[in-house]
Order: sequence, then C-alpha cells, then structure tokens
Amino acid sequence: MAEERRQKQCSVTLPTESMKAMAESVGVGQLQEESCVALSEEVSYRIKEIAQDALKFMHHGKRRKLTTSDIDNALKLKNVEPLYGFQSQEFIPFRFASGGGRELHFYEEKEVDLSDIINTPLPRVPLDVSLKAHWLSIEGVQPSIPENPPPATKEQQKTESTEPLKVVKPGQEEEGAIQGKGQGATAPDGKGKEKGSIRLKPRSTHELSVEQQLYYKEITEACVGSCEAKRAEALQSIATDPGLYQMLPRFSTFISEGVRVNVVQNNLALLIYLMRMVKALMDNPTLYLEKYLHELIPAVVTCIVSKQLCLRPDVDNHWALRDFAARLMAQCCKTFSTTTNNIQINTFFFFFRLSSWLDEKTQWTARYGCIAGLAELGPDVIKTLILPRLTVEGSRIKAVMEGSVVSNIDKIGAEHVQSLLLKHCASVIAKIRPQPDTVEQYRTDYGYLGPMLCSHVIKARTQAALQAQQVNRTTLTITQPRPTLSVSQSGLSGSGGPRTPSIIKVPSSLTLMSPRPGTPSQPSPPATKYIVMATSAGTASTQQVITLSSSQSASPVTSTVPSATSTLQPLVKVESGSGPGLAASRPLQKYIVVSLPPSASSSLEPKSSVLSTSVSSTPLDPGIKLERSESPGVSTQSPH
Amino acid sequence: MSIKVYLKKKKDNPPPLRNRTSRPGGGRASHTHTCHSENQSDLLILRSQFFSFFNLAHAQFILKMAAVQGGMVDEKEEVDIKTEPQSDGLMNTNATDGRQLSPSPSSSSSAGSSKSAAGAPEDQQTLLAVLQFLRKNKLTESVEILRREAGLPEDALDTKGADCSAPSSGGTAGGVDGLDAGSLLSRVAVSSSAGTPAPTKAVADDQPDVSVVLSAYSQQGDPALYKVYYSDLKKFIESVLDCHRAELSQVFYPLFVHMYLELVYNNHESEAKAFFEKFSGDQECYYEDDLRVLSSLTKKEHMRGNETLLDFRTSKFVLRISRDSYQLLKRHLQERQNNQIWNIIQEHLYIDIFDGMPRSKSQIDAMSGSLAGEAKREANKAKVYYGLLKEPEIEVPLDDEDEEAENEEGKPKKKKPKKDSMGSKSKKQDPNAPLQNRIPLPELKDSDKLDKIMYMKESTKRIRLGRENLPSICFYTFLNAYQGLTAVDFTDDSSLIAGGFADSTVRVWSVTPKKLRKVKSAADLNLIDKESDDVLERIMDEKTASESKILYGHSGPVYGISFSPDRNYLLSCSEDGTVRLWSLLTFTCLVGYKGHNYPVWDTQFSPYGYYFVSGGHDRVARLWATDHYQPLRIFAGHLADVTCTRFHPNSNYVVTGSSDRTIRLWDVLTGNCVRIFTGHKGPIHTLAFSPNGKFLASGATDGRVLLWDIGHGLMVSELKGHTDTVYALRFSRDGELLASGSMDNTVRLWDAAKAFDDLETDDFTAATGHIHLQDNSQELLLGTYMSKSTPVVHLHFTRRNLLLAAGSYAA
Repeated sequence: MAEERRQKQCSVTLPTESMKAMAESVGVGQLQEESCVALSEEVSYRIKEIAQDALKFMHHGKRRKLTTSDIDNALKLKNVEPLYGFQSQEFIPFRFASGGGRELHFYEEKEVDLSDIINTPLPRVPLDVSLKAHWLSIEGVQPSIPENPPPATKEQQKTESTEPLKVVKPGQEEEGAIQGKGQGATAPDGKGKEKGSIRLKPRSTHELSVEQQLYYKEITEACVGSCEAKRAEALQSIATDPGLYQMLPRFSTFISEGVRVNVVQNNLALLIYLMRMVKALMDNPTLYLEKYLHELIPAVVTCIVSKQLCLRPDVDNHWALRDFAARLMAQCCKTFSTTTNNIQINTFFFFFRLSSWLDEKTQWTARYGCIAGLAELGPDVIKTLILPRLTVEGSRIKAVMEGSVVSNIDKIGAEHVQSLLLKHCASVIAKIRPQPDTVEQYRTDYGYLGPMLCSHVIKARTQAALQAQQVNRTTLTITQPRPTLSVSQSGLSGSGGPRTPSIIKVPSSLTLMSPRPGTPSQPSPPATKYIVMATSAGTASTQQVITLSSSQSASPVTSTVPSATSTLQPLVKVESGSGPGLAASRPLQKYIVVSLPPSASSSLEPKSSVLSTSVSSTPLDPGIKLERSESPGVSTQSPH
Repeated sequence: MSIKVYLKKKKDNPPPLRNRTSRPGGGRASHTHTCHSENQSDLLILRSQFFSFFNLAHAQFILKMAAVQGGMVDEKEEVDIKTEPQSDGLMNTNATDGRQLSPSPSSSSSAGSSKSAAGAPEDQQTLLAVLQFLRKNKLTESVEILRREAGLPEDALDTKGADCSAPSSGGTAGGVDGLDAGSLLSRVAVSSSAGTPAPTKAVADDQPDVSVVLSAYSQQGDPALYKVYYSDLKKFIESVLDCHRAELSQVFYPLFVHMYLELVYNNHESEAKAFFEKFSGDQECYYEDDLRVLSSLTKKEHMRGNETLLDFRTSKFVLRISRDSYQLLKRHLQERQNNQIWNIIQEHLYIDIFDGMPRSKSQIDAMSGSLAGEAKREANKAKVYYGLLKEPEIEVPLDDEDEEAENEEGKPKKKKPKKDSMGSKSKKQDPNAPLQNRIPLPELKDSDKLDKIMYMKESTKRIRLGRENLPSICFYTFLNAYQGLTAVDFTDDSSLIAGGFADSTVRVWSVTPKKLRKVKSAADLNLIDKESDDVLERIMDEKTASESKILYGHSGPVYGISFSPDRNYLLSCSEDGTVRLWSLLTFTCLVGYKGHNYPVWDTQFSPYGYYFVSGGHDRVARLWATDHYQPLRIFAGHLADVTCTRFHPNSNYVVTGSSDRTIRLWDVLTGNCVRIFTGHKGPIHTLAFSPNGKFLASGATDGRVLLWDIGHGLMVSELKGHTDTVYALRFSRDGELLASGSMDNTVRLWDAAKAFDDLETDDFTAATGHIHLQDNSQELLLGTYMSKSTPVVHLHFTRRNLLLAAGSYAA
C-alpha cells in the first residue's frame, strides 16, 4: 500500500492543460508544449513544498484539518505574499465545470448588490471562548456524565451483543494500526496486543456504583410516580444521558416486570408510563438495546394486543396506548431488524398469525391492536395483509354496528377498528387503485366498509392532488449536468443579472444527490424532481416526506411555502397559489430535500414542467440561515 | 595569569558563538547573522568568556567593560559569579568531553598551525586578532585595557592592522590565512558542536553556499549503473549472516538518499525517478516523510534552497555498526570494486564502529528514525549534572492559624513531613547536582519565599500516587474556540490558566474565585499610602476585576505560552517571529524579543525565572534573560525546526525537541550540546523532565512516548498506546506517574516509577549505548481516559497531585 502511494506521490504533477489555461487567463497565448511541461513540474514542486510547510503549521496549531491560514503562513515562510480572501474555515470556493472536453476548477465571483448587504441584518455574533471544567476521572474511574464519552460506544455494545468474542476496550481498537506504522518491528507489537486482549474479562456483571444505584432509584420512581414534571425530566434523562449502559439490564427488567404486573391489574396509566420509558430508551443515541429486546418486545406487544388494559374499557382511552405501542414496535423493527434476529419478519408473522386466528369471539381490543401493529409496519404490509381482510372485518363490524344485542364496549371497539382501518387503508388504496372511485365498485370490493373507504380515498386523492400542485410549484428543474449539486453559502445574488444555469446554489451546505442527472430545461418524464420544502423544526422529517408522497395531508406544505419563497428566492420561484394558511415565515426551519423518481409520484408526473426563475428582493432572514448551517437535521432523502 | 593559559582555555571552551559559525547548513538565509551584525551579543559572550577564562577579572576591568556595553550591567554580576566555578568545574567537563576528537577542517588547520607555531608569537598574533576585532567594533576602551594587560606596544596593533584589513564578514572559511577576527573565531570554534559532524565550513554568510555543498555530488559514475550497484549491495546484505544483516541494512537508507541526490544533481532525471521508484519501497516506513520530500525533488534547480537536502549534505548520516559487520561490508565493496558506493560511504556517512556483538533488529529500530541517523556514542559522554539544586533554607513560620484550622490529629502528621522535605533537601548536596552558582540565578524575593512556604504547605497535603492510587483528572475544555486553541499553560500553583489562540490573542483566566485585576494607573498609585500593610492590595484596581483578560499584540498564531514562576509575567511566542513578555499586573506587553525571524514554536521560563528559552523554525533555540533584548546563548545543531523547548529543573540545562526527530540537551553555561537522543519516528512535540531531574519523557507525532535516562544518555522505555500525536506530557509531583495527552482525545497514565525501576544500567549498556527494551507498554499503562471530542493540549499536576488537562472542543 505504502509503496503504491509513494509512487503515486512521486509522479503526480499538474496537467499541462492547466498551465495553458492559466497562461491564457493572464493573456499569454500559444504556450509551447515544452514550457508547459517545465512549468507544470516547477509549479508542482513548489506547491508540494508549500503543502509540506503548511502541514507543519497544522501540527503546531494542534489540528487535524489543514486550513487556508496554514497555507498562508507557509507562503509567508517563503517570503511569498499570501493569498488573501480565502480565510473561511470550511468553505472552499472552487467550482468544477466541464465541457468541450475540458475540466476546470474555477472561482465563481458574482456581482453583489451593495444595498443587499447593507440591508441585511447583521448575523449573530459568535460566542466568545469560554472555559468549562469537568471531571475526566475521579481517582482513576471515569464518571458517566454527559461531558464524558459513554463508557461503551454504541458500536461496541453492538459488537458485544452480536459478536461476544470480539470484545475490545475503548481506545484499543486502533492500536495495531499505529504500531504497525510507527515501528518496523512487527513481532513485538503483535505480542503486546495479544497480551492486552487476554487481560480483558468479558463484561458479564453490571455492577452499579452507589451513585448509579441512587440514580436508578430516582429515575424509576419518577417515571412511574405521580409528578408529571418529574417524569418528563426523568424521561429526558433516559433519552439523553450517555452513561446508562450499565443500567440497561435493570431498566429492561423493570419495564418487563412492570408490564406483566400492570396488565394483570389493568393499570393503564402505569402501562403508558412504562411505554414512554421504552420510547426514551430507544431514543437514547448511546444505547444499543438489542441485547434486551427479548424483554422489551414482549412487554410492548402485550400493550398492543392485550385484551384488557384498563379497568373501564368503555371510558379509558387505551386505544392511544395501543397505537403508541404499535408505533414503538414498528420503530423497533426498523432499528434492530437484522438478518440474524429477523425481528421484522417475526413481528410480522406474529401479527399475521394472530390476525388469522381472529374470529368472532376475539375481543375488539385485541383485534384493534393486531391491526394497528400490522398497519404500522408500512404500506406494503397493509396492502398484502389488511386489504384482503377488509371484507371479513367489514362484515364483523357491520354485525356489531347494526346488530341489536351488542354491549356498549363492543360497539366502541368496532368503531375504533373501523376508523383505524379507514385511516390506514385509504391512503394505500388511493395509491394502488386507479381512478375513478365509485361507491359501488368499492362496495363490491371491500364489502361493508366500501362506501366509507370510497369517500376517504376520494378525500385522500384530492389532498394529494392539492399537495402535488403545491409541490409541483416548488419543483426545481435543475439544469445541472452532474448528479451532485454543490451548494454554497451565498444566497444573496439577487441582482437579477443573467445567471449561469450550470450551478444551482442553495444557501446551505447541503449536497443533493440525484440518482440520475436531470436534463436541463426539458420536461422529460425521467427527469428527477427536487422538491425543496421547508418544514418546521419540531416535526419528524421522515413523517413529513411520507405524508407528502402518500398525499394525505397538505398542511405542512401549504404552511411553509412562503418561507421557501423568502429563503430560496434566488433559485426557486415559488408561484405561491397562496392559500389562507400562508403564515409568516418561521424562524426555525429545516429543509428537506426530496427527490422523487417519476414512478413514485404518478400524480405529479403530468404536471412536471420547467419553472421560470424569477427573483424577489426579499432579504434573507439571517435567523434561518444560521439555523440551517448549524442544524444537523438537514437531511437528504429519497423515498422510493 | 599568562596569555598562554588564556588561549588554551579558550580553545577548550568554545563560546556559544562558535555554534553560529560552525554550521553552514543550519542557519537560514536571511538571519544567519554575520559576526558583526550581532556583534553586541557576540561580544557579550566573548567578553564573558574572557572573564571567565582569563581570570584577569578584577573589578575595575569588569566595570569598564560593562560600561562599554552600556545598559548591560547585570552581566557583570553574572560574570563575577561565573569566574569562580569555572576554574575547576568547567575543566572537568572538558576533560571528559571527547568533542575535540572530531575536528573540523577549518579548525584543524588553524589549530594545527597554532601548534606548530607554538609559543609567544602565535599567542601574540591571536591576541592581536582579538584586539583588531574589538577595535573594529569601536570598543576602544577595551582595546586599550587589553593591550595594557598584555603589555603590547601601542603600535603593534597598527602594524598588524594593515594585514588584517580584510574584513571577516563573509565568513572566513578554513582556508583564510590572514589573522583577522574571523579566523580567530573559527579557531575558537575548535571543537565543533557535539552533534554536528558537519565539516565546519564556517560559512556565516547570508547564503549557505549551496554550490559548495552540492559540488560533492559532481563526481558521477554511469547513471545506468546506480541501480545495479544498489541492488548488488542489496543482494549482498540479504545474503550475509543474520546477525550482521540488521546492522548492514542501516546503510540502505542513507545510500539510497545520496545516490538519488547524485543522480538528480547530475541531471539524470529519468534515472533518478526510476531509481526512486524501484527502491523507495524498501526503506523503513518511518522515513516516509523524508522520502516524500525527496520524491518531489527531481531537478537540480530544486536542490538549491531545499532544507531537507541541505541536511543530508551538511551532516553526515551516523550509523553504529559493529567492527565485524563493517569489515564485512568493506571487504565486499573492495572486492567488487564498487567505488561509487564506497565513495558515498566515505564521504557522506559517519560510521561509528564499536567492538562486540552486532546489534539486533529491534535494538537498531529503537534508536533509529532520526533525520541524520543515530547519535554518535561520544556525543552522549559528557557529564551532565542532572541533580537538583539545593533549596534555599527558609524558615517555615509555624503559623498558628493554619494549625488551629487543622484538627488535633492533623498536627503531628503535618509537622513530620515538613521536616523531612526540608531536611532531605537542605542537608546533603546531591553529588550529581551542579554547583549552586554554576549559572547565576536571581535572588529570592520575599514574595518568592512566601510562595515557597505555600508550596511546602501544599505538598504536605499531597496525595501519594501510584499504581493503586490513581489521580483524579479535571478537564478544562475551551468552548467556542473553533479549533483555534494552540497553546495552554497553567501556573505552578494552578491558579491561572492561559491560552494562546490562532487568532493571535492570548487569554488568561483565573481558575480560582480570585479575579484578575490590573494595577491602578500611575496617577492613582500616587495617592495610595505606601506604608500601609496591605499596599499590595491597594495598588489593584477593583474596577478592572474580571475572570479573564485578553492580551493583544501578536500578529500570528500563538504557539507557545509560559507563566513565570512568580506569576507576574507571561511569555508567549508566535508565528510572527517574536517572543513577548506580558505583565500580569498591568496586562500589557512589556518586551517583544526579536531574534527568530521565523515562527517561534515554543518558549518556556526557567524554573527559577529570569531566563527563558525559545525555539523556532530557524532551527535554533535561544536562551534569553528577561532584561536583555538579545539572546544570551544560541543553541544551534538541530537539522530542522526546534519544536519544543524545556528547562531542566535545575535550570542549568535546556532540552529541545525537533522535527529532525532528535532531542538535544544543551548546557546553559557553555552552550554545548551534551546529549542527543534518537529514536522517535516523527517530529517531537512535547518534552517533560521528571521532578528529580534524572529522566526525560518525550512525545512525538508517532504517538509514542519515550523515556530517557539523562545521566547515562540511554533510552529507558517506550510507551505505546496513543494513536495520534502526543501533545502533552507531565510527571506527577512525586515522579511516580507520567500523564500523557494526545490528539486522539485521550489522557493516559503510565507507571513511571516502574519503568525507571526496571532500568538495567549495567556498565556494558552504559558503555555501548545498546539498549534492550522490553515491550511492556501494556503493563505500564495504568489508565486511559477518553474525552468526547477534545484533543488534549496540556497537562498539569497541581501541588497536591490533582491532574489538570486542557484542550479545545473540536465539534
């Protein structure tokens, strides 16, 4: 490896074409080939020299990343005037373009209207340097506080649970690499490593320190206690604290035992609290729960399908618990399903078997839970499992609703099942069933539930269409020959001059990836559409995207269109068919960029067209800009 | 005392000045000053040499000389003190010093001539040269005095003056016959610096004479045969007995480099490239950085001004090879008539032959890795006084308040250790310690004494650390520094913390509740009652109290920072080439020390204050005194940037680490390099002395920490574990533990006591310098503490052995 690299280093020089291009740019035409070669060799050598000096500055600056200032300093060493204007830490302003068989990196300079800059409110002042102290170690033991890294990283927990023989202590993983690099002699190194691993004991017991025991006691009490504020804090702590790894087995036992007892006692409130604990545990980014799923999943499933979860099933809202637990289950499947444990498939079959056993005698509660559990697993499951059963379920519901000797409880149960079915099925049907929707057709296909489904589907369709319209308006047709969009910081180019169509700038550091290059300025069907939409920061992005494609609720889109107008104005013209919901732009925004392949958005297809870009002179909201550059939630997604 | 004596001693004791003249390659173009451009400081040194060795030093003379220098009266005291120990202590040093054995061309010629023409005329000539030099620098009074002392007629100088009219500015190489100041200086520089086996060309010119340096390459063979030669040698070495193979393999790298350079120099570009490609893969991986530099160098024009190249040329690559192996190699080359390689070995390599068993591969690997091979054995033979200085006896007032605060149990405990710590230090003089006044140290002020008392009190409460008793670590994280934190320092009492930043600022924080305050303005100071007891409180301006202060002044990233022991000053060094002294009373800059024209990488105060050392990109370390605007000593010898500098606890020595992957220990008194440690495979970024002064720890970009025994000049242990550059090292106050902090976001604790106990210092090891390192890093590693994402930049043990770590959060 090293040899190959070295040889490469030896031979790398700048291409002579660059020399020519540079010569042309300073007005020297017709450079001789020989002088090009000589120049490129000389220049490459000097650049390498400077790079080496710059490296020195990086090391002394105690950084891992080479910055432009290092280069400047290296130039200064050589008594060369540094390049001014490249001070930014992150952003390297070169653009890439190719065409006519040439590849070029160039620096894009735009005309900037001074008045725009003057009118822009000042950005927030960066925070001053401050000093914070914490205990890295107390008498040789590292305390599990948020300031310290978790005692065992998620990856470690994962390897530990999946490959228990390959347990490594933190900080030792990469040992071999550096030793090999730092030393010619390999034999002693290998020995040392072995020694290290032999000394390791498998982490079998989870001893808790006194503090941890106190913490555990406090947290569990708060979680199931009566004070809601305390509970919120406790759940927050579970969801964020890094040092809970040690306590995980105890938490999982606590939850599973708690569910077991409280199901028997029909204590709905406690069950809800326990499910919230599960949720918090799953939300904690430092925990790897797989080892404890054997305890957690039964508890969750119990809360989904148990016949009775509360003392007064007619009054208490145990349905919400079932929904919540079903969602947890679905999340569980998504996160932890691997080929070895097959959680997803097992869950699937569990619900499936359960649902196939369901008969007249089954409680509506269990039926509800079963359907909810299946429905949360995704549209594919709904399509294959629930839709065929709609007729049967419909008749059962009909029997209850229209029957005479029915208890109140059954009736409520039937109603809930009905609305659940309608909610989940409508969107799926809307997608798979061709228009038109006639009530009769639906009745024959789906029995009792048919007519109601029909109306739901129509509703869903109209919403989707509405959404599609909105979406279509915000569609960018990107005239970009490359699949990657370089996105730069400057969103200020509002001068209205003719813009080069080759590069689209979005004022953020996103990189948009499209599976296929879009063709410029042509409404060809395979062109990928980018839908840039702003959603409020609080809501989960995934959900929004799915709702969008399933065209159920148009609310997030309608409400955020105007903000898109104001922030993306240089690039996207949003001809806002302004609905009444167009509120003022929100200060906190995330941008979700969805790329929709044509197959997924059949409804959008006929309308896809080019947008004329026009520019409004609304100044950029700095709040939005800041948020975006910091926000880790900026995501690029492509639902299939 | 006769002049003869003076001359002899003069030869024995080269002044630090010699360093500058003796290294043509080390100095950089624009700031390798000629003797004249820096004549003042040179003279200062020269003068102190006069005094110390001449022993003519009667008060009047000194006074006059000091007056000549104007404003450097302090030097007089220094000199006064110096004269005494010089006569015995220093002579000892030189007796054991084998450096005269490696004469340089220039010096040998002049020294030789002086020997042949032994006697009065020669001495007189030398003296005349001195006079000439003084006169040229318009030090007429000194000239007068010296002339009178020597009893020379007044016209002697004038008659000679005609001969010496040629100014010596251009750096008189060894060939200059005329007896001018320059030749005197080159004679004075008889013994070249210990570690620099470079031929002393005495090029003190602005431009290191590249063509001279390179011309050695002009001899050439058939370029096509280079590959054949090399692979022939390779085949031979691979076929020799196992015990010799490892030793002879050392030859590969320097040979490879020199053959490549020869090819390049003679414009055989394609051959050079082919040669490089074919054999560069065979070289040890730790030379990768240098090879990268070489690989980019393919043209003769590039060789001019390339520093790495100059290093190869000006300094011989040192190899240690057993006699048997060497004979084997020699025989082979002679049999094959392989003159090309033999010439290179003769000219560019220094082979240090020893008798005995050839060394093993691991032994060689432990010591190799430096830019210019291993240190020569005799380089590490000089005696080093590594012991600690006697602590001044301070009466510890048994202050009642403190004892009252303690409960009854605490009383007896407290008294005992106090006596111990006092007694052990003050009663016996450590045989390895330098004389108390070997170098002049500032006198203790009252406040220093108070601080010492505080220190002793605190040390009684110190926790004894060890394998079973690990310290707590408090981590100071710099938030919002955006990777701009470049240096950190704590005061010894851990009350202040300072950070140097890439944005040229220096920030000082108070870690205790006591806020930072400025002294009142001069007008306000006039108003206060100077007789009052709390005058020190009164001079402070309450209005300026704040937790942190920012010091502006540098114009480049601040790479090194150091508090003075008395907490009144702060030093910072920066990319802008200056070292700045800041007052922590007024929070203003007091002095900007200019000398390094290139970035200054590190600086540190002496443990006794007053002196400080700095090292930078110009490859020299400089010793300064706070009240002199020019350096007192220049330590030259490193082949690349001096990346870190540390004072020995007894303040008599300075250690420097460099990008040439060597560590050098310098004697502050003589300016000589007394130790060279090789073994690191990357630029050294941190150094730490053990509290007893016996050991040294060093950390480098290769992620390893090496421990060294200073007295024997040996590597003691190798601590492997870090996966990135080690930026911080610190011994616990009792020397039991070593803490290391690194770029890999970890703090690691090592059992230093065990590592030093395991040390085998039998005579053989000490004599040959062959070490057997056990690989016991895992046993010595006591703990690894990860921070989330904070590279550790600095470590500090408080007086009670709490470990403080600092770094900036890298999001």
